[in-house]
Amino acid sequence: MANLKEVRYRITSVNSTQQITSAMKMVSASKLRRAQDAIIKLRPYANKLKEILQNLSSNLDNSSEGAYSKQRKVQKVLLIAISSNRGLCGAFNSNVIKATNVLINTTFAEQFKSNNGSIMTFGKKVSEFYAKRPYPIFESNNQIFDHLTFNNVAPLAEKVMKAFATGNFDKVVIIYNQFKNAAVQILSTEDYLPIVPQENEVVKKSKMDYIFEPNKEEIVSELIPKSLKIQLYKALLDSHAAEHGARMTAMHKATDNAQELLKELRLTYNKARQAAITNEILEIVGGAEALKG
Amino acid sequence: MFLEIITPDLKLFSGEVSLIQLPGIDGSFELLNNHAPIVSVLAKGKIKIIDSEKTKQYFDVNGGVIEMQNNKAIILAE
Repeated sequence: MANLKEVRYRITSVNSTQQITSAMKMVSASKLRRAQDAIIKLRPYANKLKEILQNLSSNLDNSSEGAYSKQRKVQKVLLIAISSNRGLCGAFNSNVIKATNVLINTTFAEQFKSNNGSIMTFGKKVSEFYAKRPYPIFESNNQIFDHLTFNNVAPLAEKVMKAFATGNFDKVVIIYNQFKNAAVQILSTEDYLPIVPQENEVVKKSKMDYIFEPNKEEIVSELIPKSLKIQLYKALLDSHAAEHGARMTAMHKATDNAQELLKELRLTYNKARQAAITNEILEIVGGAEALKG
Repeated sequence: MFLEIITPDLKLFSGEVSLIQLPGIDGSFELLNNHAPIVSVLAKGKIKIIDSEKTKQYFDVNGGVIEMQNNKAIILAE
């Protein structure tokens, strides 16, 4: 039979753990709301921008291909892995790491073996993981989530774009958790650069005679960098919202589990308490019997 | 025509308008109903619209893009 004091001690500790997890859940829920607002507001913008670009590129001749859509032989790869700064959010971070490792060992195994694969990390969890690995780190940024604004993300996107344009990388891939809803995160791997030409049938059909003001080339050269920046910003916002969603779910489960555990512990405690009382009564009765005799 | 003005952070405007005046990078221009499909880049400046109740509204932008087709205009502002 479990010791009464021991069980009482465990109940207190489980209780305080439960308080912490439920508080963390509350915090995540309020942070999630803010992050979710941000991503939901950005999505129509990003989609429209993509739409316009697709409309444009279906009107474009291939001659005016920009520096960002050049398909080269893939010799140097950059993987952008986006995780969170903090743990306690279920499989959120390990999923990113796992997917990145799969890419390193399969699709880009050759490049990474010949030391031509680099990694760019957002968030402490992946940064710490890959700091211990032999792969070169292109850049590692953990503060971005403190002030996640478009103006903070844009310079980083520019840096990647510049590295691609100058031939430092031939392919850039983003690995991040896409936010679907509070409970579901979709791990997605997106080709960032070079830009894949969208050859949709639908787009082809809706080929329009646009008037271009001032001219096609200028518009495209203005739009493509903008859409690339938006794409990275969107990935970061997505991951940020997904992190809070994942933590909220994880903490909700932890709170539920603590509740379950407490129930069991209370039962054990009461059993032990009753056993102790029974024992005491037995002793008293035994003592009284002995005195009588 | 139907107009939407969107920024990365919020939707500024959505509704029927009869006139849009825009700050193009080569100078200001206007779009009226049934304008031909157009794509243009905007400079920093003011967007003026006249909505269906004939009231004027102004929006400040730091640049952006406008696309119009089938009497539906979308401004991606910054």
